[in-house]
Amino acid sequence: MNADTHAAQGGHADEPAHGSLRGYLTGFFLSVVLTAVPFWLVMGGVPSSKQATALIIMILAAAQIVVHMIAFLHMNPRSENGWTLMALLFTLVLVGITLSGSLWVMYHLNANMMLDPGMSQMP
Amino acid sequence: MLGFWLYLMSDCLIFAMLFAAYGVLGGNYAAGPSPKDIFDLPLVAVNTTMLLLSSITYGFAMLTMEKGRVGATQAWLAITALFGIAFVSIELNEFSHLIHEGAGPQRSAFLSSFFTLVGTHGLHVTFGLIWMATLMAQVARHGLIAANRRRLMCLSLFWHFLDVIWIGVFTFVYLMGFLR
Repeated sequence: MNADTHAAQGGHADEPAHGSLRGYLTGFFLSVVLTAVPFWLVMGGVPSSKQATALIIMILAAAQIVVHMIAFLHMNPRSENGWTLMALLFTLVLVGITLSGSLWVMYHLNANMMLDPGMSQMP
Repeated sequence: MLGFWLYLMSDCLIFAMLFAAYGVLGGNYAAGPSPKDIFDLPLVAVNTTMLLLSSITYGFAMLTMEKGRVGATQAWLAITALFGIAFVSIELNEFSHLIHEGAGPQRSAFLSSFFTLVGTHGLHVTFGLIWMATLMAQVARHGLIAANRRRLMCLSLFWHFLDVIWIGVFTFVYLMGFLR
């Protein structure tokens, strides 16, 4: 059956990666650590500064997303001649523009639309 | 596979919009409850565990599929589906609890955007479960033929993708909400 599948898909090189047991277990172990630490930091109130906690859990989330991408989604620069990675990078650019743009514009909109009594005195 | 990947990327943009909406509206409580009043972090931790366990068991299903073992593949898919059902049940329980407490989606802009973002993710998981049941029936009927292997690969991408989105949800919505 394996030979049939490969022949139908035009050779082994086109077969998408499925990962290995070792890869899945490593990814799972790293994910457990990268999930447990942020919950522990927030629920235990470990760092005294909220800004520091927020920064740390954002970095841990980014790290876990990379772990999932490699271990579970099997992203690599070679699959589909690199088009999956290109599509992912393009999407990340759009996501970055959407998130930072929305937050930036709406923050300034809120800041400038405040009905502050001092503002109405201005010409 | 590339086509399905492009669909996932477009889905990623939907979630980016919902995250942006939550980021903008997440602080508008309309004198209603704030995240700290209503979020139950131990429950979210349990939910996160369910989804992470379902990710690794789906991985095992893919590995047994590679070896052509129909029975083991079906068993791992069934275990994955059970974790998925546990996730959706816990989430629905959380939602009904919030609505009964008067913290429903119509209460404030924060809660509207919260229910939209987390609800959309939950709906994706629900459709993933329907898809998984369909594929289990397909594999039971036709075995691990090339078409079914491709379908299981696509569902694998979908399922792991939803776990990636959930990393964003528990970090930005629940944990950061608790820090506000």
